[in-house]
Amino acid sequence: MARAVTQQRKIINTVLAWGVGLLIFFPILWTILTSFKTEAQAISDPPVFLFFDWTLENYAVVQERSDYMRYLWNSVIIAGGSTVLGIIVAVPAAWSMAFVPSTRTKDILLWMLSTKMLPAVGVLYPIYLIFIKLGLLDSRTGLVIVLMLMNLPIIVWMLYTYFREIPGEILEAARMDGATLKEEILYVLTPMAVPGIASTLLLNFILAWNEAFWTLNLTAAKAAPLTAFIASYSSPEGLFYAKLSAASTMAIAPILILGWFSQKQLVSGLTFGAVK
Amino acid sequence: MGRITLDKVSKRFGDVEVIPPLDLTIEDGEFTVFVGPSGCGKSTLLRLIAGLEDTTSGQIRIDSQDATHVPPAKRGLAMVFQSYALYPHMSVRKNIAFPMKMAGVPEDEQKRRIEAAANALNLTDYLDRRPGQLSGGQRQRVAIGRAIVREPSAFLFDEPLSNLDAALRVGMRLEISELHERLKTTMIYVTHDQVEAMTMADKIVVLQAGVIEQVGSPLELYHEPRNKFVAGFIGSPKMNFIEGAEAGKHGAHTIGIRPEHIAVSADEGPWSGAVSVSEHLGSDTFFHVHDTGLAETITVRADGEVGFRHGDRIRLTPRAELIHKFDENGLRIA
Repeated sequence: MARAVTQQRKIINTVLAWGVGLLIFFPILWTILTSFKTEAQAISDPPVFLFFDWTLENYAVVQERSDYMRYLWNSVIIAGGSTVLGIIVAVPAAWSMAFVPSTRTKDILLWMLSTKMLPAVGVLYPIYLIFIKLGLLDSRTGLVIVLMLMNLPIIVWMLYTYFREIPGEILEAARMDGATLKEEILYVLTPMAVPGIASTLLLNFILAWNEAFWTLNLTAAKAAPLTAFIASYSSPEGLFYAKLSAASTMAIAPILILGWFSQKQLVSGLTFGAVK
Repeated sequence: MGRITLDKVSKRFGDVEVIPPLDLTIEDGEFTVFVGPSGCGKSTLLRLIAGLEDTTSGQIRIDSQDATHVPPAKRGLAMVFQSYALYPHMSVRKNIAFPMKMAGVPEDEQKRRIEAAANALNLTDYLDRRPGQLSGGQRQRVAIGRAIVREPSAFLFDEPLSNLDAALRVGMRLEISELHERLKTTMIYVTHDQVEAMTMADKIVVLQAGVIEQVGSPLELYHEPRNKFVAGFIGSPKMNFIEGAEAGKHGAHTIGIRPEHIAVSADEGPWSGAVSVSEHLGSDTFFHVHDTGLAETITVRADGEVGFRHGDRIRLTPRAELIHKFDENGLRIA
């Protein structure tokens, strides 16, 4: 009897999970499908799902009209740079919060997270002005810095959570063994936190890759990443859904592939400490 | 060399004074055990010596050098932790090499010391394993190996055996004692287990609530405890305490008599009572005696097998010369 119930539950859960999964994935699927349609089929009513004339023409046009590789390279630099820089800044911060907490540590963590609740557009104006002053507009350096700052609270939070799981006695042993603070973090803490640091890297790379607000507002041509590449197909020449979809597919493909191969790492990283 | 002197050292955590100002000298080459119930400050005291905690006031000297504000790495001390605290991502070899790598010991000298330590600790076959692939006893030996290769001026042990099972604990206790015999290096050992303290120490420091109750050799503490706390803490089973008229006869507020200093018989002796529980170990027999009119329970230890059972009325004879006398403040009356 009990077995029948669990079996039934299992089926319901599976169906539900697939349903939610497909619902979330549907826009991406639709984008990919549309990218293979002609412009006419892309806006046809009723919409066509699978039975249309598959074509690669949109990709050819997009490829011809804009330099995909340059956008891709900018995205890699900006997402990669901001993530690596963020980790370098966040490791010592998370170390001190996890291992030598003060009475205010919890407040600082909450305050850092609260900055994420602020609408980004609220600080666009000051940051824009600062960027003009410093000559950082439309530069990859500028974007690396801004995106690093935007994601820093999340990086610190994640690392803090992982570090908390590492027994303090091991770090004390390193101190007794003659390690300086730098050596303690470099040789003992970091290698032990590799799984946590890896999933932090991954998640923040994805966040930075997909970040559209700052990348669109602070770049023009030189430093524009793939988000700008997509956006360039949405307005200037009216809406060409098929070409827009082709551009989007090309923009998300690298991160989709990265996410697909690292999903195990990502899931275990995000649920770390939650299930124990 | 490793003479460690604490001069009016105290420690506060916020408003809580864990260790009121305290003086203590640990001689070079001595095996000193800090013992006391949990929360007595013994681990804190060790961590102050290690430098893992800052002193609130007072001075710590190592070989007459002021080390109060010297970071742990520079004090020349090695520590073995309760949780072993091995580096899980390194092999046994790298774990043992770590302190030498930090100190910049040349590669071939590192190798030589690792081989020597592995030999002494039976770890030669495990050098390429990770700590996760070792048993508790082996991990503890790796932790000791990591401490030895530093050639420290003193070893600090923080309850190193409490994560091991009973049989292994006895074995490791002997190994640590042998290590001390061989190296003749100062060792400070923290434990809550008075058997470990009695068997290993040259000098025992009994602590309660951060205060040193008594310092002395194991037998000094056993024969001449300075107060009721030490008397009750040292010795197993615990000393019996008797108050009231019986104590008054000896001119004391409280008298204490160890279980092994009471003779049992069926019909002879000044005290009488009923056996509540008898524990027969073969080598010894323990009786927990009720209804004596002296204390709730009197514990008696008899050599060999003595055949009284639950409910038997027996008579007890304390050895008069081994009765300890204490005044109303719990202090020993000479």
